[in-house]
Amino acid sequence: MKPIFMTYTKKDLINLAVCMVLSVLIIPTFIKTEYWYTSILIPWLCLALATIGQQIVMGYTGQLALGAAGFMAAGAFAMFNLILRVPDLGFVGSLIVSGLIAAAFGILFGLPSLKVRGIYLMVATLASQFFIIWMIDKFGWFKNYDSSGIITAQDIVILGKPLTTPLAMYFVCLAVTTILTLLAMNMARGSTGRNWMAVRDMDIAAESMGVSLLRTKVQAFAISAFYCGVAGALFAFCYLKSLEPVAFDIKLSFKILFMCILGGLGTINGAFIGAAFILLFPVLLNALGNNVFHGAIDATIISSIEQVIFGLLMIIFMIYEPLGMAKLWENLKQSMRSKLSSSDTKSLKSPVLKK
Amino acid sequence: MANELLFFMEVLVGGLLAGTMYSLVALGFVLIFKASATFNFSQGAMVFFSVLAFCGFMQDFNIPFVFAFILAALLMVVVGLCTERLVLRPLMNASEDTVLMATIGLGYVLEGLAQAAWGVEVRRLDLGIGDFPVPWIADNLKLFISALDITAGLVAAIMIIGLFLLFKYTKIGLGLRAVADDAGAASSIGIPLKHIMLLVWSAAGVVALVAGMMWGARAGVQFALVDLALKALPVLIIGGFSSIPGAIIGGLIIGAVEKILEVYIGPFFGGAIEGWAPYVLAIFFLLYRPEGLFGEKIIRRV
Repeated sequence: MKPIFMTYTKKDLINLAVCMVLSVLIIPTFIKTEYWYTSILIPWLCLALATIGQQIVMGYTGQLALGAAGFMAAGAFAMFNLILRVPDLGFVGSLIVSGLIAAAFGILFGLPSLKVRGIYLMVATLASQFFIIWMIDKFGWFKNYDSSGIITAQDIVILGKPLTTPLAMYFVCLAVTTILTLLAMNMARGSTGRNWMAVRDMDIAAESMGVSLLRTKVQAFAISAFYCGVAGALFAFCYLKSLEPVAFDIKLSFKILFMCILGGLGTINGAFIGAAFILLFPVLLNALGNNVFHGAIDATIISSIEQVIFGLLMIIFMIYEPLGMAKLWENLKQSMRSKLSSSDTKSLKSPVLKK
Repeated sequence: MANELLFFMEVLVGGLLAGTMYSLVALGFVLIFKASATFNFSQGAMVFFSVLAFCGFMQDFNIPFVFAFILAALLMVVVGLCTERLVLRPLMNASEDTVLMATIGLGYVLEGLAQAAWGVEVRRLDLGIGDFPVPWIADNLKLFISALDITAGLVAAIMIIGLFLLFKYTKIGLGLRAVADDAGAASSIGIPLKHIMLLVWSAAGVVALVAGMMWGARAGVQFALVDLALKALPVLIIGGFSSIPGAIIGGLIIGAVEKILEVYIGPFFGGAIEGWAPYVLAIFFLLYRPEGLFGEKIIRRV
């Protein structure tokens, strides 16, 4: 594939154009119900963004981290305080700065990755999860001394106009997610991403080839936390419309981990696929429970079943396709392609595909 | 002054005994890690699953205590069997991280199954041991120590001695250690890998059941047990993943330090630092002694 614009190939540009047409033109014209925006599309974009953050540190750099929700909380509360205390920054400015604040936490809690790996690192990153939530909970300043526990998020104001409709929120999330996704793809393809992957595949070899482990790992943690921070701010301001530390507990971290792994480690589109699956599957299951069984099955049982299925899927994917749904999608495309081409050249079966 | 010292002693002993509860959970991790070099992230879920089943047998079916215990233990053997067959064997040659992820999935499955089968409400578990200070100790030593804590400590001690003897002096233990060292070599000289794995997972299941009973008697049998069990991870890091005494000492350290910090430093920060203090302590250990106090040195071959 030859790049035709900067480093992008024709295929990339077509994909981008299709996605943009779909999300900017087709979805807003055909989907009119608010439910789709407020409960599905907006959280999907936010969580996909957080999952990209998780991808960067886990899928690309190979560091087992489990604290995404903590960084999201940091981003969300940073946003709240920035809008409250530094109103001059504006929405975009606050979003960037809150991402940077989350990144600072990312650097701090990413430092143990220089010494340890695997489950050891997981435990170290759990510290960030519990510490950040505790800090927000215990120091009233972060919550502007609000005693109710749940704070209403301020309106998003862009160019002096407050945005309130779900559609406007959707466009805000879409714009941020698109820009950051493109950036992430750029990084993943450039020297930054190659360093990450070198560290993932074998850190000692990477180091001996002149890749600085310190720089690469800290950079990955910082960028990952930045993404999570921005995602957390959007999650709180566009989706929840409120801020409470409980919303960012360890369960959310696990959810993002599942999105990342089921979606496909080390792929950007996997983040979107995984987030969509984890979000939509419970909706589907609930609809099934309500419409097919007419509420005969208890809601708690349904959520338990959902948990069992997620767990089973995790095991099944680990056994049969550790690269997740993105890889399944890739395989499907390949087999379609080879079927199409083999219809005219039957004797030439593609040997590349067989694993 | 004497009163302060007494108070400190009380906090310390209380913390140490509470720490044995963490040790009990950590013990299950160590068993599986020792035999199969697998980080079993689902140990917490196993604790929850087993004790909820135990409660269910006892409360929903009115099965007497001893039989309910045996049934729950058998159930954990079945869980071990299924895990070995369906999860671990297909992942025999997979990387450590892949197996870890699969055990996270396994944890989800167990949590979901337990809740689907027995409901989500908090169950009370009465072991017949009260969670109140033992009068004799309170009178004679002026220390207020809960009877449940002492029982947990005793149970932990018995299990540890038992497991230690098993690992050190029996043929099974030798087999276990051989498999842990090099599964391939062990199976080539005729050690039945399948049986060893089944044995280990069953033992971990029973340990989980006992740990769950102790925790359940204190905090109620509820989903929060899974999060509590996560605290076994810092315990393991401090003690070392492959050492049974390490799990104990690690648990004691975490229990004592977290209580002392909570009582003496906590009030300055609004309390509840128990939630993260063990993890931060674990980070410091990681920086200076990544293999833990008793663990084998981590050697990475290139």
